Amino acid sequence: MATTDKEVNELIKREYEHGFVTDIEADTFEPGLNEDVIARLSGIKKEPEWMLEWRLKAYRRWLEMEEPNWAHVGYPKIDYNSISYYSAPKRKEDMPQSLDEVDPELLKTYEKLGIPLHEREKLAGVAVDAVFDSVSVATTFKEPLAKAGVIFCSISEAIQDYPELVKKYLGSVVPAGDNFFAGLNSAVFSDGTFVYVPKGVRCPMELSTYFRINAANTGQFERTLIIAEDSSYVSYLEGCTAPMRDENQLHAAVVELVALDDAQIKYSTVQNWYPGDEQGKGGIFNFVTKRGACIGKNSKISWTQVETGSAVTWKYPSCVLRGDNSVGEFYSVALTNNYQQADTGTKMIHMGKNTSSTIISKGISAGKSSNAYRGLVKFGPGAEGARNFTQCDSLLIGDRCGAHTFPYIESKNKSAIVEHEATTSKVSDEQMFLCRQRGIEPEQAVSMIVNGFCKEVFKELPMEFAVEAGKLLEVSLEGSVG
Amino acid sequence: MLSIKNLHASVEDKEILKGINLEIKAGEVHAIMGPNGSGKSTLSQVLAGNEAFEVTSGEITLNGENLLDLETEERAREGIFLAFQYPVEIPGVSNLQFLRTAVNAMRAHRGEPEMNAAEFMKLAKEVSKQVDLDPAFLKRGVNEGFSGGEKKRNEIMQALLLQPKLAILDETDSGLDIDALQVVSNGVNALRAEDRAILMVTHYQRLLNHIVPDYVHVLAGGKIVKSGGRELALELEERGYGWLGIKDEETADSSAN
Ligand SMILES: Nc1ncnc2c1ncn2[C@@H]1O[C@H](COP(=O)(O)OP(=O)(O)OP(=O)(O)O)[C@@H](O)[C@H]1O
Ligand SMILES: [Mg+2]
Repeated sequence: MATTDKEVNELIKREYEHGFVTDIEADTFEPGLNEDVIARLSGIKKEPEWMLEWRLKAYRRWLEMEEPNWAHVGYPKIDYNSISYYSAPKRKEDMPQSLDEVDPELLKTYEKLGIPLHEREKLAGVAVDAVFDSVSVATTFKEPLAKAGVIFCSISEAIQDYPELVKKYLGSVVPAGDNFFAGLNSAVFSDGTFVYVPKGVRCPMELSTYFRINAANTGQFERTLIIAEDSSYVSYLEGCTAPMRDENQLHAAVVELVALDDAQIKYSTVQNWYPGDEQGKGGIFNFVTKRGACIGKNSKISWTQVETGSAVTWKYPSCVLRGDNSVGEFYSVALTNNYQQADTGTKMIHMGKNTSSTIISKGISAGKSSNAYRGLVKFGPGAEGARNFTQCDSLLIGDRCGAHTFPYIESKNKSAIVEHEATTSKVSDEQMFLCRQRGIEPEQAVSMIVNGFCKEVFKELPMEFAVEAGKLLEVSLEGSVG
Repeated sequence: MLSIKNLHASVEDKEILKGINLEIKAGEVHAIMGPNGSGKSTLSQVLAGNEAFEVTSGEITLNGENLLDLETEERAREGIFLAFQYPVEIPGVSNLQFLRTAVNAMRAHRGEPEMNAAEFMKLAKEVSKQVDLDPAFLKRGVNEGFSGGEKKRNEIMQALLLQPKLAILDETDSGLDIDALQVVSNGVNALRAEDRAILMVTHYQRLLNHIVPDYVHVLAGGKIVKSGGRELALELEERGYGWLGIKDEETADSSAN
């Protein structure tokens, strides 16, 4: 056979570099889920009564919901009673007051991941919240942020310190009854990040959260809530990794964004959860609900995601464009290899006048993986003059993988305009031959071609993370060539 | 420098090259002519190591080293360069990035340090002027939306940047306007050097007015049926391929000219 097939077989042999397990003392719940477990979780976090009530209501609702099966993915049935719903690194005292009090093993973990939690280190200028299993372990740069009036803390702290804000917005974008996984998350979310940017404030630095699943048989259910008041701006980045384990691990997060008048939220994700091994064993089930509400006029929410990890991904970062002239954007690179399955895309719900949205989706499939784009563009009766542009490109590496596109359009307003473009291409033998004829290693050639394919999305990422994303693709494709 | 002995190659079980013998010494320029479909591109691709073609017997050595043992990229680093008859596009990958990656791969092979972006930019700009390509082409995707002639000039630019030992030019003259032919020929002449050999495939003796070859070979039906000097090309132009015992209709040029 020609080069590319052979190359792909090799490429598939890549290894996951974040696969180490941290040996750390942890408090972990027995597997199982019932009202007592939720009460215990809420108790450990010393949550107010209203929060527990909120969780229990969500739980009762969830019990009546069905796991969705419409996505283009297949996975063994999950036994929700075999999962532990809380695991936290054991702390010497209560909460670490500064990084010096954080368990050195933990700091080492983050260092191995290339995420310095020490403020003076190289990511200077980026504030980091690190979530390890179920709890937030450190938030950096709290002070300069506080000076600007920006609140950046774990959601657990926010529940204690800013209950009015949490009460007002939690579940306002993704209600507990929205879908099965959002319902589960609402009942058992253990930590996550909270951001509040007051009126007229441009957040002085990039905010970022790194999520890490360490404990075995533990689900991670984090909850992120970002509120941008009138005329404010914030750019937020999340990164995710997990150890290599033979069992699948469940990650069911909920992210809610709220943009008021003239506010702008830029949300970027570099997701590199453990994808499972070459035979498709193990890996993270990534079932995530992310949605932003452009409530205010002229507001804007941009989602940029680079998804290379997870065994199964089910994820549709969406925008509800309520405010007149509001803008929603979705830029996505999703790469699947080996036996990975991804069903990802977005929903753009146009409600206000002259709302506009842009969708650029780049799907890359290698190995025996399956990669589906699923998108919904919906125009409500009030969406006078609204428009959407969608571009969906798929790149196939080898001939044993699959790419699928499921674009849906629903319009209740005749003045709305939709443009849709879609392409499917292959990394061709001729392209590979050209690169190799110029002395370039096959692996480097594939990665260069794939990076070129993703260029439009990478340019939306904050500078330093664009470089990181490029490298990540290279690692994810490693071994596909020989 | 290059020695080809009794080379047989096939594609999809169809034999295309049926016993090629060719010796090329350093400093020489050889032209290969011949009817469409006679195997000229196949020979070029086989020399460069395209795995779509299977070498069934024979040998190829470059300065005594067995080329057939080497992968495509290894041959490239040993100094084999192929300017493609139909250069392929790589969307989204800038010409500049592509070329720098290639140049640095060669440099790494020779144990030389990498060229940084600024140094390379300077070099690439100079070379692009040499083939009369606006430096703006460096920023565009590799061959992406290039016209036929621009693609050919881009190929010669690459040869100039990579400074190969053996440059194989597969119909680099076809599809060029008169000025571009001059520019490309100047580029090729700039490549001529004592320690470098050039093998060019062409249908036109006109090119050979600009780049004067030391030898001209006629490839027909997968074999070299005649070799001679510069004057052979003139004779071919006058008489076609028929007198060599090759069917006349096969001499019709169906390429993009
Ligand atoms: N990949 C392939 N699959 C099948 N046949 C092929 C393939 N590549 C080349 N051939 C055949 O091999 C023969 C020689 O082709 P080649 O391209 O080497 O000719 P050429 O001498 O370069 O012709 P031209 O002057 O038209 O460029 C042709 O009959 C061609 O159809
Ligand atoms: Mg040819």
